[in-house]
Amino acid sequence: MNRVPLERKVLSENDRIAGELRDRFRVHGVLCLNLISSPGSGKTTLLERTLEGFDQNDRVAVLTGDIQTDNDAARLQRYGFPVKQITTGGTCHLDARMIERALADWPLENLDLLLIENVGNLVCPASYDLGEAAKIVLLSVTEGEDKPLKYPSIFFKSALLVVTKIDLLPYVPFDLAAAEANARHVHPKIDIVKVSCTAGAGMPDWRDWLDKRRAQTPAEHVTPRG
Amino acid sequence: MHELGIATSILETVRTEAEKHAGTRPARVGVRIGEIAAVNPEALRFAFEALTRETDLERLALEIEICPLRFQCKACQGVFEVKDFAPACPRCGAEQTECVGGDELEIAYLEVEDEPRSARTQSAE
Repeated sequence: MNRVPLERKVLSENDRIAGELRDRFRVHGVLCLNLISSPGSGKTTLLERTLEGFDQNDRVAVLTGDIQTDNDAARLQRYGFPVKQITTGGTCHLDARMIERALADWPLENLDLLLIENVGNLVCPASYDLGEAAKIVLLSVTEGEDKPLKYPSIFFKSALLVVTKIDLLPYVPFDLAAAEANARHVHPKIDIVKVSCTAGAGMPDWRDWLDKRRAQTPAEHVTPRG
Repeated sequence: MHELGIATSILETVRTEAEKHAGTRPARVGVRIGEIAAVNPEALRFAFEALTRETDLERLALEIEICPLRFQCKACQGVFEVKDFAPACPRCGAEQTECVGGDELEIAYLEVEDEPRSARTQSAE
């Protein structure tokens, strides 16, 4: 028996493409954010309200992933920003190659912010680097407050937790303080904002977080803007 | 569910590597999975067995090593295994620590063994 050391990452091809994407985002000063949650936590609705708050000078685009249908892209296209649907055809996560393909005909020099809505899944998307600057995890108050303990990887790897649907708090047995404590138990430095996309509560906090991150993302080659 | 794709990637690497070692066949592949890699070892084993059954890699064994979450202390530089996500350094108590391990998803090694003479003759025909 002969042992050959390999020391190779299983997802080395994904990581290579993600690294190239990250370099391209850095050169063009594009802030790329990867939104991850269970199905139905409100990723698309959060993106709708977010796009609604931008004006046409904001250079924003959205990639939205689903296993089937382009329903989400149809919802998001109404706001006048570039939106593209990635249909994975069964795969439970987006990978870096899907992002690379989707961006092939989008000039990055025209963008400042790229929002990626991952496939609804709290496990698999945690393993796939998409070249993003940060992962954002959403948790709705109709889920359990112990989700950060049950699915620690994604909470550990996310820079921000967005607690969604807080207008429903009076009607559901969701312990908000416990949810925050659980998230901070897994990841003490995680930022947390709490929003209601329907009532508007907390949306300025989310927008502040976004704007701070955008301000920290300058282009390496500043291109003159007409 | 993504364990099927991960098993496929592992087997691709095994096949590519095996081609470099004529007269042998892959016997065992060693994989490292970090505690927070979001990969389920049982699901990976299931996918691996499903993908190798009744193929040329049917006898390939999968060995999985689980790697604990590890932080390094920025004050004393000590590396420690993290228990229950407690971030402080157990040696000096410093709170400034960074993650240095636990997210592994790596192929550590491949073991190859000499192909039985009959199989070698068959494959040469």
